[in-house]
Amino acid sequence: MTDTAILAENIGKQYRIGVQSNSYRTLRDSLVDIAKWPIRILRDGMAQPVEKIWALENVSFEVKKGEVLGVIGRNGAGKSTLLKILSRITEPTTGYAEIHGRVGSLLEVGTGFHPELTGRENIALNGAILGMRRKDIDLKFDEIVDFSGVEKFIDTPVKRYSSGMYLRLAFAVAAHLEPEILVVDEVLAVGDAEFQRKCLGKMSAVASEGRTVLFVSHNMSAILRLTQEAIVLDKGQMLLRAPAAQAVDYYLTSGFAQTGEHIWQPDEIPATAKPFRPIALRVRNQDGKVVDTVRSTEPALIDIEYNIEQAITGLRVGIYILTTQGELIFTSFDTDNQAEYDRYATRPAGKYISRCVVPADLLNEGRYILGINASSFRVKRYFQDEHALAFTVDPTGAPGMQWQEPRLGPIRPRLKWQIEEYN
Amino acid sequence: MRDLWRYRELVYFLTWRDIKVRFKQTVLGAGWAIIQPLVNMVVLSIIFGNFANMPTDGIPRPLFTFSALLPWGLFAKALSDSGRSMLSNRSMITKVYFPRLIIPLASVLGGLMDFAIQFVILLGMMLYYQYYPTAAILTLPLFIILALVTALGIGLWLSALNVLYRDIGYILPFLTQLWLFLTPVGYSTSVVPEQWRFLYSLNPMVGVVEGFRWALLGTGTAPGPMIFLSAGISVMLLISGMYYFRRMERNFADMV
Repeated sequence: MTDTAILAENIGKQYRIGVQSNSYRTLRDSLVDIAKWPIRILRDGMAQPVEKIWALENVSFEVKKGEVLGVIGRNGAGKSTLLKILSRITEPTTGYAEIHGRVGSLLEVGTGFHPELTGRENIALNGAILGMRRKDIDLKFDEIVDFSGVEKFIDTPVKRYSSGMYLRLAFAVAAHLEPEILVVDEVLAVGDAEFQRKCLGKMSAVASEGRTVLFVSHNMSAILRLTQEAIVLDKGQMLLRAPAAQAVDYYLTSGFAQTGEHIWQPDEIPATAKPFRPIALRVRNQDGKVVDTVRSTEPALIDIEYNIEQAITGLRVGIYILTTQGELIFTSFDTDNQAEYDRYATRPAGKYISRCVVPADLLNEGRYILGINASSFRVKRYFQDEHALAFTVDPTGAPGMQWQEPRLGPIRPRLKWQIEEYN
Repeated sequence: MRDLWRYRELVYFLTWRDIKVRFKQTVLGAGWAIIQPLVNMVVLSIIFGNFANMPTDGIPRPLFTFSALLPWGLFAKALSDSGRSMLSNRSMITKVYFPRLIIPLASVLGGLMDFAIQFVILLGMMLYYQYYPTAAILTLPLFIILALVTALGIGLWLSALNVLYRDIGYILPFLTQLWLFLTPVGYSTSVVPEQWRFLYSLNPMVGVVEGFRWALLGTGTAPGPMIFLSAGISVMLLISGMYYFRRMERNFADMV
């Protein structure tokens, strides 16, 4: 008997990019290809006409039964590809993955939900798609409905559900799956704060029951809370496997070039981002210079440069600032103010820069992570990169510097103090 | 294969979903299962009866046509549904693992519901024209299975090809239409010249439709060795389709 749950051996996955990935092959293309074949051989020899990229290369690791392993990495690092291979949705180009036990994968909740069917019918259908047996579904039915909190609408077609109800029901089914190995991707990004807490609770319950969990998230605090160990992926390579705290620290601090600028490469932008296309994110000091370090006592400027290929309604582009422990300090969007909100109700196609000023005397000394989000509220999240850039805040001249002690907390405001003497 | 067995309930659920959704989305629901073949029957009866004057071997023309439209409808629906099935279920394919074979399989089985409804109508028509089934009716399930096997075999080929080449979506209606005329739905096999009979019988649906009429109405003679050839061709289509499908399966999620 082995106590290995997942064994990945030299996994690699190659995708074709370039011309062919943009258009479906049609029969005509193939016929034309066949016809041209002799000419091409004469002209180019046997050269391959398509460009290929490795989404994943030489990834090897082992997960023991009952272990909870986190997977972290930037957009396009190969996390989703890895999960797809491990949950057998696609096969690796090289290497192999051995999996001992039933795999339940939550790569996206609500797979196979049909809008015309009622909540009750969708629970049965979705359960079956995720590999549950009918008697298990019947057994768990009440628990699922209870967890989702949509009892009243259980016999209503899900097309009449609000998006929140829909997601809650979908996650509820998935959460009651009880496979031996659970593969989870980003489910925590759904629902309101309360439901997210519920999901996290369910996840840690699953983990503490001794089941094997592979957990991919951008939420570093969730990774820290739920996993003991994590692996860091970058550009398809596995950089590190370490205890969670160490891996998170490595990822958030040393994973970035110290330039004050992030320019998105084509492979970092998922196809779903269309028609939004991020170009660059920059941190500047008050003189407009792109810098890695800004001073706490001076305002800092943040630029998001992007392209919109087609007009988008209700678009908001904004930033997150996080600590290196992954805690969110604040979020801000370029249409937060009513005037901009009204003016850019629909943003026409074109090139844009959304620029904001982080006021002086706000951030404490230390290193911070800057992320961006482009979305239309309740419609679509076009693009999100929570960890696009890291920058350092220098405390020179900040309040309280007369004492040689670190100030705790992520912000360091200069408050108006008055000292009154009274007798 | 063992995987397929483990996921057998999914076949049931997907079939059930397709049927349920169709009945919910349309105003007439089950009515379409009746109206479609009835209209087809009228059209084919007029074309082949009044214009072309094809013989029916002594059977009332509506009954003659309708009894053939039943297995034909089952086949045509199974073929076109399974051919498109991989694309219409792409969101599932790219997100969850299950044996992909289940998808075309479930869409082939989805047609059985319509078939059952139509069969009741056919029984009513037989009573009206005073045709009473003989013991031959016991062989009917065999012909139904043969129709399904043929549809699944070709459906597997087309659904896998459809992932690679979207052209299949356009070829499908054309293919079923052409195939209809190569099958003795509106006419009887007896009009096919003797020297072409063998080639004609290579179409497995010829055996199915002829067998169906024989089992229900007692026309012509019992299917002879030709039915074994039909069955052989169907099984070959199924095996090759499964093989091709399995070979393509590993890359479906990347290409669909």
